[in-house]
Parts: sequence; structure tokens; C-alpha cells
Amino acid sequence: MGVQRSTVIFAWLLLLPAVLYVVVIVAYPLVDTVILSFTDASLKKVTNWVGFENYAKIFNDTFGSVIVRTFIWTFFSVSIKMIIGTCGAMLLNAAVPGRALFRVLTMPPWVVPMAIGIFMWGWMYNGQFGMISGLLQRFGLVDSPVAFLAYGSTAFWATIITDVWIGVPMVTLYMLAAMQAIPQDLHEAAWTDGAGRFYRLRRITLPLMVPSMVTMSMLSLISTFNSFDIIWILTRGGPNGETTTMIIDTYRTAIGSYKYGEGSARAVLICIFLSLFCLAYFRLTSRFSAGAKR
Amino acid sequence: MSQQMMINRYRWYELVGIYAGILLFLTFVLAPFVEGFLVSLKPLSQLFSSPYRFIPENGSFEAYRTMWTSVPGFGWYIFNSFLISGSITIIVLILAVPAAYAFARFEFRGAGLLLGAFLAVKMFSGAVLLIPLFRLMRSFGVLNTYFAMIVPGVAFIIPTGIWLLHTYMRRIPRELDEAAYVDGASQLYTLRRVILPIAMPGIVVVAISSFIEAYAQQFIYALTFNSKTEYMPLPVGLFAYFGRQEVVWNELMAASFVGIAPALVVIFFLQRYLVSGLTAGAVKQ
Repeated sequence: MGVQRSTVIFAWLLLLPAVLYVVVIVAYPLVDTVILSFTDASLKKVTNWVGFENYAKIFNDTFGSVIVRTFIWTFFSVSIKMIIGTCGAMLLNAAVPGRALFRVLTMPPWVVPMAIGIFMWGWMYNGQFGMISGLLQRFGLVDSPVAFLAYGSTAFWATIITDVWIGVPMVTLYMLAAMQAIPQDLHEAAWTDGAGRFYRLRRITLPLMVPSMVTMSMLSLISTFNSFDIIWILTRGGPNGETTTMIIDTYRTAIGSYKYGEGSARAVLICIFLSLFCLAYFRLTSRFSAGAKR
Repeated sequence: MSQQMMINRYRWYELVGIYAGILLFLTFVLAPFVEGFLVSLKPLSQLFSSPYRFIPENGSFEAYRTMWTSVPGFGWYIFNSFLISGSITIIVLILAVPAAYAFARFEFRGAGLLLGAFLAVKMFSGAVLLIPLFRLMRSFGVLNTYFAMIVPGVAFIIPTGIWLLHTYMRRIPRELDEAAYVDGASQLYTLRRVILPIAMPGIVVVAISSFIEAYAQQFIYALTFNSKTEYMPLPVGLFAYFGRQEVVWNELMAASFVGIAPALVVIFFLQRYLVSGLTAGAVKQ
């Protein structure tokens, strides 16, 4: 018994530095955000308590449409990432010559500074001189230059495609790992029974990858919802606010206009949404594991 | 083995399909790099002329020479990025290794919850905590120093480190600890002399992935917490190529390639360990 207790104390001593660090740098600021969201904090010296005023303002503001846009943006970005990433993983899992090299070649968007990748996309989207518009013109698909970032609808999709591009390597590698974790003898047994490649894909590979897909889409959802660099560098939320997501609007309000209180209310809302996603995710996964046990 | 080979044998049209698919996939992934590299070879006059030209006409490495003089501090931006990412990596390792060991080896109440809480930290990266962190940094008086960029970076990279490492350490046989215990070794001694050496490959993977994550994502904190040119990391420093009238694109792209060269060299040499380590940590839960 005495050994047990000392073991537990030792475990906590090992954990303490990391836990303390995260409490000071993440938990305390989180509480601070919630408190700030009920005040009119700004550059002024005096701060007043304003109750739910900041939250009430959010719904009178244009913020309602920003919330809807954020959900649409996240939905498309995550779905496209998952589809391209899973297909990519299947291709890179095929036992063909050159496979190792192909796997390395998928990694650059993930490992280079995000800003650099975004600059490259910014140039490609350039209407007068960019590659995409240039190639479209050369192949006769459009008559005149297309400035993708100048119009709301194209800018919206342009930011999504860039986000997909940055996220795809991560999804691909993760799905590749999930695929390789599937026991080979399942495939062998099915193969001896005369199951074809597509049958095995549909009945063995895909079902066994579902848990990994759920985990990956969850992680991807969190990072996509919080995606800042891409939109900020490409469009700053424009044109006409048509690429403004919650995170961009929060930054604008808090850091750009020094309205700390209103910005905090927006940040709290982001946290609430993300927590709800996580809760739904845990519900979903516990149902999966319960189903597996039965 | 032979059976596996037979399962994996492709017919010719399947092979064509697979290679076509891989080509399409890699085109999407690599196109911006190819275009960026070609832009860095073009003279500025050619960039702003129509019709669009994909391959540069009499391209040169001129921009790679001029970029150093047009933004004098450029070398420092790379140095700053390395310094910040390196410091983040070291602090993450110091904090994550003992924590991962605790999660891997000891059963205590709330372990699962705490592990989940670490993962939840990832939720708050980005702009969500920017305002209070800004106030916190200001009250510590560390705005416009390296600290302001290192401190939040560590917090958001620790969770990945702990998750990868604790799954790795879990696969080290418990018998090793028990043998050391029977021989009279203390727990700390066991961690240092038995577990750490065996876990080294996992620790190396965590170090590399932390460094890469830190190197790749230092934008928003640097943008907000630092206004001094001498502390700027690469991603923010690159904005120096955005002139008042127009962006010097060929130099910007040249500078980008100089900036990403270190990362590319690292993955080229270490990708084998990186991929196997990351996947081992990610899948086994």
C-alpha cells in the first residue's frame, strides 16, 4: 500500500511541470477570456462590467452570417481534405515501384512554414500574372484573366483549396498508417475465398478505417475551424468580408480594433462550438467501441 | 510471402490507373512549389508581362543574389526561426518526456481525463487565446522578445509530444522496469538508465516533429506579440518583400526557397524515421 502511494506521488511529480505549464499558458488565459467577454475592456484604463451585452451585440451584428460562413467553410474544407487524403493514402499504399519516393514527395506542404506555401498560392491566384489564370487562358477555358481573390465567391473557394492543400499531407500519412495497421491475414483469407480487389476494399479496408477517419476528421475539424494564417495572408477576410470566418473576425475585433471585450465574447463562442464538436466526437467514438464489444 | 505477392500483383491497366492517380495527387501537392521555383528564376519584368509564360525565358539565379541586399535582415529571420523552434523543441522535450513516462507506466485516477485535457489544449491554439495571452505577456514584460513567441508555441506543441511519446513508451516491455526494480534501482534511475535509452528513437521523432511544427506555424504569435524587426521569425519577416507599390515576387520566392531548404533537407534525411514513428504513435491508441 505504501509503495502504491509513493508510486502515485512519483507519477504526479513527473506530470507536474507539464501540467503547470499548460495551466498557466492555456487554462488561466481561457478563464481570463471568459471574464473579459463580460466587460468593455479596450485600450482604456478603466474597464466596466457589461454583463451579456457583448453577446447580445454579436447577434445584432453581421457576426451571425460569419458563423454560418465558418461552418460552411469548415465543412467543405474538411470533407475535401478527407476525400483527397484517403484516396492519396490508398494510392501510396499500392505496392508499386517508387512508392517510398512518392510518400516523401507528399510531405512538403506540411513541413514548410505555412506562410511560404500561402505566398505561393497567392501568386498562383493572381489574376494578371498567376499560373492558374494563365493556364486557363492558354487552354482557352477563359477569355480574360481571372482575379480569383478579388471576388467573394472565388476567393472563398480559393482559401478552401489552399487550406486543403496544407492539410492533405497530414490526412494522407495518418490514413496510410491506419491502412497498414489492418492485419494482412484478413486480406489473405478473403483473397483465398476469391474476393476481388474492390470487394476487399469495400468490405475490409474501408470499414476498418472508419474509426481512424472519425479521429482524423475531428482533428482536422479543430484545426480548420481555427485556421487563421491562410485567410489572413490571402484575403484578410475580404473582399467585402466574404472570406471572414469567426477566427478572422475575432482577431479583427480584438487586435485590430482593440475591442478586447467584444473580441473575447467571440473567442468564447468559438470555444463553445469546438467543445460541442469534441463532445459529439466522444459520444460517437464511445458508441463505436460499444458496438465493437457487442 | 508468396501469397502476399500474388495478392498485390497488379494487372497492367491497374498499374496505369495507380500511376495516373499518384501523378494527379502529386501535381496538386507540388504545383505551388514548382511554380514558386520557376518564379524565383524569372526576371521581374517577365513576371509582369503577358501572355503568361510557365517556363522562364533565360531564367537565372539573379533573385537569389539580390534578395540578400534588398532585405538586409533576411539572414536574421532564418536564424530567429531556428532559435525559436529549437528552444520550443528543447522545452517541449523537457516537459513531455517525464509526463509521457507517467502516462505510459503508472495507473492513477484521472489519467485518461488528463490525457484528454492535454489534447483539448490543441483546440485553443490560434487566435482564441490571443487577447489574454497578449495581456499576460505584457504583464510579464516580455512583448517584443523571443519569449513571447516561444512560450505559447511550447504550450500548443506539448500535447502532440506527450501523445506520441506515451504510445511509444507503452510498447517498451514492462519486464525491463521490473528487472531494474528487483535489482534495487530507484524509479528515477530506471527512467534515466533503462527507459530513456530504449525510447530514444521515439524521442528523436518527437523532437523532429516538434521542431517542424514550430518552424512551420510561428505566424500569428509573431505577428501579434512582436513588432521588432530583429526578433522576427521567417514567416513574418518575409513580408519585408511586400513593397509599398508591388510585391517583389521573384525575390520573395527565392527567399522562401532559401527559408524552406533546411526543412526540406531535414525531411529528406529523416523521413523514414519520421513516417514510421508518427504512424506508430498515431495508430496504436
